[in-house]
Amino acid sequence: MFDLTGRKALVTGASGGIGEAIARILHAQGATVGLHGTRQEKLETLANELGERTMIFPANLSDRDAVKALGEKAEKDLEGVDILVNNAGITKDGLFVRMSDADWDSVLEVNLTSVFRLTRELTHPMMRRRYGRIINITSVVGVTGNPGQANYCASKAGMIGFSKSLAQEIATRNVTVNCVAPGFIESAMTDKLNDKQKDAILSAIPSRRMGTGAEVASAVAYLASSEAAYVTGQTIHVNGGMAMI
Amino acid sequence: MSDIADRVKKIVVEHLGVEADKVTEGASFIDDLGADSLDTVELVMAFEEEFSVEIPDDAADTILTVGDAIKYIEKQQA
Repeated sequence: MFDLTGRKALVTGASGGIGEAIARILHAQGATVGLHGTRQEKLETLANELGERTMIFPANLSDRDAVKALGEKAEKDLEGVDILVNNAGITKDGLFVRMSDADWDSVLEVNLTSVFRLTRELTHPMMRRRYGRIINITSVVGVTGNPGQANYCASKAGMIGFSKSLAQEIATRNVTVNCVAPGFIESAMTDKLNDKQKDAILSAIPSRRMGTGAEVASAVAYLASSEAAYVTGQTIHVNGGMAMI
Repeated sequence: MSDIADRVKKIVVEHLGVEADKVTEGASFIDDLGADSLDTVELVMAFEEEFSVEIPDDAADTILTVGDAIKYIEKQQA
């Protein structure tokens, strides 16, 4: 089940916790994995650990030309990207009334605009090959909202609408577009929260624990597989029951 | 037949998987050759690539038949 032998995947934000877990599971299922990130050293370490069937693609997603170049290079070096996982994301939290234009713009640019641009580069070749899997990592808060994250929530909700539109346009080409929405997952992003914040969140999660990157990655592996061919435009929530949607 | 016409017809045959003799200059991509709206966008992109021309959206909207495509590209390259 979910064998990805011979498939080529590009994972953005692979130097982060969830991205690394996604890269690991796709690799374990047999895919060749392109690792994108901003920290070259971390990417090299991960690539060395995984061994064969890995390539690294450092790029700054807030630079529009770099995003285009990333798509072109990945398509060329991997000899066709079958699986695109748009996982990279940033937060610039702050209460809305004090949110600066810069914090709004940078979060939307990296989390949403770069997804549009990178996906545009890679979708056409997928359509030509009549096969593709586009998986966008959104967030539970893109659906529920979260105080202090108007910019982040807008970007993640945008990703879901984007995915549904694209899914409808290209379904006949056997290219599926889906989202995975993690809840509260152990990562550098959640490490920034203090204990009081963590306790408050855990009390609202039926599972009473944080999720792991591997649990998110497993949903990605399913959507990336040929078994998931009839699933498109969907969002799989991996959140311990904190929101049942 | 011009070289451009041959190359346009070849792209249409390859992309839409239709018989070469059906790809006449009067053939409509959608009505006669079974293309859907996504196919027409892909064909325009393939023409752009093959002939190194840019076909803006308003021009693309006027390219409905094989002959339209040939005429447009001939005009651009003249």
